[in-house]
Formats: sequence, structure tokens, C-alpha cells
Amino acid sequence: MNTDFIFLIFIGALAGAASGYLGSYMVLKRMSLVGDALSHVALPGMAIALTLSINPMLGALVALFIAILGIWYLEEKSEIYPEALVGIFFTASLAIGILITPEPELLEALFGDIEKVTRVDGILVIMAAILIFFVTRAISKKLTVGIISEDLAKSGGINVSKINLIYLLMVGLVIALGVKFLGTLLTGALVIVPAAAAKNVARSIGEFQFLAALAGLASTGLGIVLAKMLGFPSGPTVVLVAIFFFILSFLFKGKDY
Amino acid sequence: MKNNNLLSVEGLKVKFNSHPIVDDVSFDVIRDSTLAIIGPNGAGKTVLFRAILGLIPYKGKVTWAPGAKIGYVPQKLFVAKDFPLTVSEFLHFKEKEHKKIHQILNSVGFKDVGESHLHNDVRVLKTKLGALSGGELQRVLIAYALLGKPNVLLFDEPTSGVDVSAEETIYSLINKLKAEKDLTIIFISHELQVVYKYADSVLCLNKEKICFGPPREVVDKESLTRLYGEDVSLYQHHEH
Repeated sequence: MNTDFIFLIFIGALAGAASGYLGSYMVLKRMSLVGDALSHVALPGMAIALTLSINPMLGALVALFIAILGIWYLEEKSEIYPEALVGIFFTASLAIGILITPEPELLEALFGDIEKVTRVDGILVIMAAILIFFVTRAISKKLTVGIISEDLAKSGGINVSKINLIYLLMVGLVIALGVKFLGTLLTGALVIVPAAAAKNVARSIGEFQFLAALAGLASTGLGIVLAKMLGFPSGPTVVLVAIFFFILSFLFKGKDY
Repeated sequence: MKNNNLLSVEGLKVKFNSHPIVDDVSFDVIRDSTLAIIGPNGAGKTVLFRAILGLIPYKGKVTWAPGAKIGYVPQKLFVAKDFPLTVSEFLHFKEKEHKKIHQILNSVGFKDVGESHLHNDVRVLKTKLGALSGGELQRVLIAYALLGKPNVLLFDEPTSGVDVSAEETIYSLINKLKAEKDLTIIFISHELQVVYKYADSVLCLNKEKICFGPPREVVDKESLTRLYGEDVSLYQHHEH
């Protein structure tokens, strides 16, 4: 195992941990499906970046931020979440993305390719992961109270709308990080699956967040190693390892509540 | 606004989709007093609360005295049974010191388990919020509100989920807290007996203000008929 590969495992695991941690709130907000499908939006952004010869991660980030603003707006303005509308928008992005992505890059954009992760990408992942952990930690209490009851949060002087926007922007950032590793089809799974696994066994919110980050870290780290050993593509391997953890957690699910 | 008023509401109007829910309601709340708000289901009681808390748009004037610190106890929380947040974690959102949380839980009626133990503590601390009974959740919510050291408590009584005996404890508890510190209480109630027993004044609400004043003076057969319709079997005047 060379140092480059170890570096790759390290940044992959870091992105996984950040995804799991952020995903814990997505599951509590009952936005799992949105979190999962959101990654599709990255594709047209990457395609445009590729045609303009810009770093595709940047293109993904811009497209995700625009989609996040839309989701946030819908979350704020409507009483009932317009699920169908969000679904249509996401699949439309995917379809357009597939059409406009240059043929040679399409497979990589859809499924990710860790061989193509550069040092610069790695450093971006480290910086973004640190930002995600600090920002999310800082808004954690307010975010949680807002999920339990918006009235309770607002009456206590919490700007729920602002907190939600900051949180969703972090989700956009973490998905943009994952795109290189897992591709636009599967990155969203890393936001949802580890958190869903953690929820099965967690007895408190502290435990929940820790386990979600740990499951994200383990799925990505283990998945990358397994993919290399077996000669599999990394994206599906990582997601299947995460799903293995989910099944395991489901079997150990406490029945004490 | 008069000097000893904590809250002054003038001409409050709330509309949902152009339907008036609260129509031209005015009242004052004197500092350190207890106001009950009564009315049938759908009379706009909770909406009135949300308006004076600034949670929804309204027309009219709502003026809180400077320095008013509000604690709000909502009627219900829809917390899923498996929502992984314990009572301890929830209360730690408001207070760092464990000792203070312990004290407040004791004061809202949670008893220590095993008083002889060195490490005596409240059983409910490690329970998930969604796994509490209706009465327990109400008391935890009161504790949460009190940890913010409010001088005014807005309490929205649940219509269901709390059995009669637990309800009794919540009101005697609120009364006890009031005796201990400077606390103005505004509560929504469905029980006239509770209003007679604990409130200094009462606001009868059915979209518009039906009556306002000390319960024994303003709650009579006529106002109750206007409030609840012809069936006034709820009416029980306790003579001294």
C-alpha cells in the first residue's frame, strides 16, 4: 500500500464522516429522500464545468447551492413539503446532466473514480470537512430545537430559517465532496444510510451523531479498501458496505422503547 | 401602557386565508397575575398565543413591558418515539450545569430514585423525549421553559394526553412556582374549575372577546352561553 492510497483512504473516510454527521439531521428532519436525490443535481453543474474546463467539483458545488436555495425556499414557504415537485426537479437535473456531460467523462461523473482524486482535491476535502464539523457543531442545538418544534425555537429567539439555510448549505458542500469518490448517482446515499443505521441503535442524540459519523467513516474507508482489493468500482462498494452496516444495526435494533 | 402592565393587546386580528380566527381582541395582563384564556375548540386560543409570541402575522398592537422574558409551553410536541433525544440532552440545550437541571426537574415534580444513594438522580433524564407520557412531557416542557428564567410563562394546556390527576399536579405546580418567584402566568384552559381555582382574571374567547375580568364577576350564564352555546353544564360556580 503506497502513501497515495493511504491518503486516499484518509480523505475518503473524512468525507464519509462529515456526510454521516450531517446526515443525522437530514434523517431527523424527515428529508432522507431529498438528501439522497439531491446529489443528482450535481451532474449538470459538473457537465458545464467540464465544458468550460473548470474543476468539476466547483461546478457541482454551484449547482448544489442553487438547488439548496430552492429546497430551503420551499421548506420555508409551504406547509406541506412538495415532494413530487422536488422529485421532478431532481430527475430532470439528472436527465439534462446525462445529455450535456461529455461522453468520456460521463461514467466518471455518474459513478465516481477515486483514481482521479488529486492532492488538491484532497486538501479541499480536508478544509471543507473541518468547516462542516465546526459550523454544524455551532448550530447543532438550535437546529435540533427547530426540528422538534419551530414554535418552541422561535419563541426562544432562534432564527429557524437562517439556521436551516446554513445547515442545508453544509449538506450541499458535503455532497460536492463526495461526488469525486462516489459519483452523482450514489453520493446522496452516504448522507442517508450511515445516519439511518445509527438511528437504529442510538440511545441519545450525542450517541446518534457520533455513530452516524463513525458509520460514514467506516463505510467509506472500508469500501475503498475492499474496492481496491476486489477490483470493484469504489462508489457501489462504499454504498454496499454502508448498507451492510444498516442491516447489522437493524438486527441489533433495541426494542426497549 | 400602564405601569404595572406586563402585556397590553389592542385590537388584535388574525386571519387565515381571509377567515378571521381572532377578531379585534384587546386585554391587559398585570404583572405577577394569572390570566386564564377559555373558549370552545377552534375559538382561536392557541392562535392568540402564537400571535402574541410573534410566531404568526397579525394586525393590531401587542406590547410587552420592557424586560419581559417569555417562557412558552406549547400544547403538544410531535416527537417521534424513536427520536434520539433524551430529556437530559434537551434540557442541556438551555442549561450547562447538571445540578440546576436536577433542581428544576425536582421542582416540576420528578422525584429522585433511591434517595439514599450518593448518586441520586431523576429517572426520566435518560428517557427519550418521544417515549414520555403526556403528563411527563408537559412537565419537561415546563422545566425547559423555566430554565430560561422567564418572568412570564405562557402555558397552552393540552386537551388530551394528560390524565386528570397529572393535570391537577401541573396546576398546583404552576401555582407553587408563582408563589416562589415573580412570575406572570397566561394559560389556556378547558377546565372551568381550574380557572376558578388559579386565575386572577379570565379572557373568554370565541373569535372575539366575550368577557374579560375576574372569573367570579365575568363568568356567568350569559357569557358561557355565548361561549359554548346552550349547553352550559360545564358551569360550576364555587361559592365561598
